[in-house]
Formats: sequence, C-alpha cells, structure tokens
Amino acid sequence: MSLRIVVTVKYVPDATGDRHFADDLTVDRDDVDGLLSELDEYAVEQALQIADEADDAEITVLTVGPEDAKDALRKALSMGADKAVHVEDDDLHGSDIIGTSLVLAKAIEKAGYDLVISGMASTDGTAGVIPALLAERLGVPQVTLLSEVKVEDGVVTGRRDGDSASEQLEASLPAVVSVTDQSGEARYPSFKGIMAAKKKPVESWDLSDLDLEADQVGLEGAFTTVDSATERPARTAGTIVKDEGEGGKQLAEFLAGQKFI
Amino acid sequence: MAEVLVYVDHVDGAVRKPTLELLTLARRIGEPVALALGNGAAETAAVLAEHGAVKVLTADAPEFADYLVVPKVDALQAAYTAVSPAAVLVPSSAEGKEIAARLAVRIKSGIITDAVDLEAGDEGPVATQAAFAASYSTKSRITTGTPVITVKPNSAAVEAAPAAGTVEALSVSFSEQATGTKVVARTPREATGRPELTEAAIVVSGGRGVNGAENFHIIEALADSLGAAVGASRAAVDAGWYPHSNQVGQTGKSVSPQLYIASGISGAIQHRAGMQTSKTIVAINKDAEAPIFDLVDYGVVGDLFDVVPALTEEVKTRKG
Repeated sequence: MSLRIVVTVKYVPDATGDRHFADDLTVDRDDVDGLLSELDEYAVEQALQIADEADDAEITVLTVGPEDAKDALRKALSMGADKAVHVEDDDLHGSDIIGTSLVLAKAIEKAGYDLVISGMASTDGTAGVIPALLAERLGVPQVTLLSEVKVEDGVVTGRRDGDSASEQLEASLPAVVSVTDQSGEARYPSFKGIMAAKKKPVESWDLSDLDLEADQVGLEGAFTTVDSATERPARTAGTIVKDEGEGGKQLAEFLAGQKFI
Repeated sequence: MAEVLVYVDHVDGAVRKPTLELLTLARRIGEPVALALGNGAAETAAVLAEHGAVKVLTADAPEFADYLVVPKVDALQAAYTAVSPAAVLVPSSAEGKEIAARLAVRIKSGIITDAVDLEAGDEGPVATQAAFAASYSTKSRITTGTPVITVKPNSAAVEAAPAAGTVEALSVSFSEQATGTKVVARTPREATGRPELTEAAIVVSGGRGVNGAENFHIIEALADSLGAAVGASRAAVDAGWYPHSNQVGQTGKSVSPQLYIASGISGAIQHRAGMQTSKTIVAINKDAEAPIFDLVDYGVVGDLFDVVPALTEEVKTRKG
C-alpha cells in the first residue's frame, strides 16, 4: 500500500531583506522577496528519504499563501516531491496561527495522508506550534522536533532532543512529524529536478474547496489582533576599541562599569 | 480578583526560573493559580507560594512521563475547567508552546507565543513580542476566548510575594490521544554545572573564529569566570565544535540575557535573530567590518585568542 506523505511548507519573506509590517499590521510581502522557509527544506528532505525507504510512496507538498507562494512549492517539487497543493484565497490574508492550522488541517484531510511532515518552525513567525496544532486537529499522534526520524511497518520513530533530556519516541501512523535542522542536510535541486518540477501537477484550492467560510480565517476570523508594531530604535553606536594588548583589560573595565563583574 | 492559571516547569520538584518570572507577570493581571504535573509536583508548592501562587494544583501519573505532550494538555485542560481563569500562562519552552497551542484549540481560544512582556489592558492582557529578528516590537491581544500566552525566559525580574499556596490534587482523565506517542527511552542531558542557556543572565558565545572544538575551552573559561552559559553560532555547531543544544540563532535557541558576549562571531542575520534582544551586547572579532559591531555596546577589534584569555584573567582578578 502506498505511503501518502504530506509536507507542509511556508513561503516566507527573505530574512536578509528589509522585512516590515504593512499598514494593516500584517507582514508586508510586496517589498521583500519570498522563498521556501529554510527549516521546511529539512522536512522535504526527510520526506524524500522516508519515501526512498518505502516500497511505494507519494509526496505532496502543501502550502497556504498568496500567489507567489507557488515558488516555495516549485522549490520542493524540484527537490523531488511528486505533486503540490496551493491553498490560495483572498480571504486568507491576515490569518493567525489558529486560522492557519485550521486551513492546513482541512487541506491535509482532503489530500489524504498517512504521514504529515513539517519543519520545526517557520523562519518568519518562528512560533513552532503548527505541527502540534495539526496533530490536535487531526486527532493523530504528534512526533515533533525530531533530529532523527524513521518510518517502518506503519510506525514512526525518532529522537527529540529537549532542554533536559533526549527522548526516543514512537507512534503508529497516521501521525504528524516535525523535524529540526539537525535531521540532515537538505539536498540541492538538480537541473533535472528543476526541469521535472515544471511538469509536476500543482492543484489550487480555495476556501470553498475546503468547506470553510471567510469569517473562519483571515483577519476577520483571527483570534488575536496586533495593536501596534514599532521598529526598535537602532542601537546607539557602541564603543569600539582596537586591541593593542590592552583589549581584554579595557573590556573588563567596561563590564565592571556595567556591574557585570 | 480574576485567577490566572500558570503552568509550572519543574524538574523533579525543582521549579525553573522562567516559571517564577511567569508568576511575577501573572500578578499584573490577576491571582496566580499554579499547575504542577509529574514527579515532585507537590514539592513545588513552597516556592510557588513564596512567589504569589494562591493555589497549587498538582497531579502525577505515569502518563506524564511515558507519553509525549498530550497527557499534559489533558491536565491543563482539566485545570482550566476547574479554575475558569482569566488567562493561561505557559513558559515558552518547545514543549510549553506545544501544550499551550493544543489547549487553545480545545478551548477555542487565541494564542500568543514567545511574549517578552505582559501587561493588563482594558480588553485583556497585552503581550509584547519581538518580530523580524527583533527589529520590531509588537503589542498584541487575544480577541476570542480565554487568552493563552507563552512567555519567554528573562521577560521579567522575579519578585517574591508570599501567598497561601494551598495545595489541591487535580483529578485528570486522559483523552484517547494521550497515549499516542510513546516515550520509549529518555537520556538526561549531561549536567555541565553551567546555567541553562535560555535562562542565563550572561551568555558567552563562540563562532567560526574559535577555529576548532579544541579551542572552545577558552570560551568556557570566560563563561565560568562570569557564571555564564555557553552559546555557539551555527557555523561552530555545524562544524561539530559544540553541541546543537547550545546553538544561538534562528534555527537554534533564542536568548535574551542581561549580557551577551560574542567571540569570533560575524553576526549573520540568523545569529542576530537569536540574540538581538540581549540587554547589553559585547563582541570580540578580528574583522572590524563584521556586522556584529553594528549591534554592540562595546566591541573589541582583535584576536579572540589574545582578548578572551586576558579578559578571563582580569575577571578572575577583580572577583578575587
């Protein structure tokens, strides 16, 4: 039986660009380039490795986002995923964590899955709770923050390195997995992969395809509101000295003055 | 006064500092009721009471240790139902955020993660968060349901405020999902004797400039002279010089100490994302053009192999 893997990915503003908020206090996506969230590349990589080990597997990459988010799907397809689903709807603009997890869960159910794989967090919002929320909504085990993952005979196992302990986890499929940047270097798309990706199917779904109403998502349906976003004042220029033999001493003097010593 | 449910992070009864910070913040919006789960839960009561908990709910069962996250969500939900709090506060650890998020869905509430400050507002608690590598500061509220908020370490100074701290056993019935993810083995992290990275008041980090695992003892020696935690940049971790658990940055841990000392770290955006909210920032780097110098309160352009040991000696001398 085929193993159906859904990888959730996010299209995020490039962290090296000038990221800022739009007038409605959502992320301004017009002034900065977007890309596949780096942490999601690890999820795609693990999906590819799990699929390689399985007799028969199919990888669907899924994203919720504006038109440009197709770029993130193309990148995942060029790495080797089989097909893609793009959930796109004007009413999704401004969705919060709760709304986004609702849309993703509905889309995952519609796509059909045995295994959902996500990155540990997005590189823009960085909350890292979507995988747990998907497990909660789908009613399946969460096997999250794994630095090693393996799927065999309908069972997923993995290692979760926490603050105080390293845990070996095990759950039966279907399940939701998230992987950290320690799970294994993500491959670069090959030229062949990039060419092949152009022919792979990308389905577009809107809210009606997922039986969702506009007021359940977007700014209107959000359970949180941002009242203000202020740019932090640039740090005032600090003191910079060149070490000419006394650098360590001078630094100690500064730290003592600040009462750190 | 409204009650505020505070989830307690503890290790065998020893309460971790971020929970005491949470109790301090909780008192700004109501009367803290603490929930402590697992082995040693009842032993947390004294210190929680000393920091303002009017009540301490406790529960222990093998499920909390044997299965991942969900049994704790079941318990938090039971406490929520018993208390009907005005807000639920959880420490922003990886697990804390997962527990809080799942509770929010169950009780149909909004969630705010990684708050760095919290104050009472006319329409419920207002949370401050750092966005875009801490280049922005936002203020947010939860508009639907009971606010569920996770708060990062070092977001408030711990203040004592003795309260009753009456201990009550909480009865928890576990959901069908509770036993879905089994913890088949657990290896405690080796204790280094140093403070936990995310909680430390001072962090000393090393990067590419440290140039090898065998040189990290220079960074550790400075950290030990200051009673600090040791951090590492992604370059140092990827090179295998220091464990991933010590990585500071976007894909590692985010820290917000009183003092951050970056040695041999250039200050790429990914690193800055994890340390930019530090109160005082110091850098030592050979390259005068390194972007880290844009952030510093004090910078030394120089070879870390000269500057760091000299600093360590000077700290030791001054501390006597």
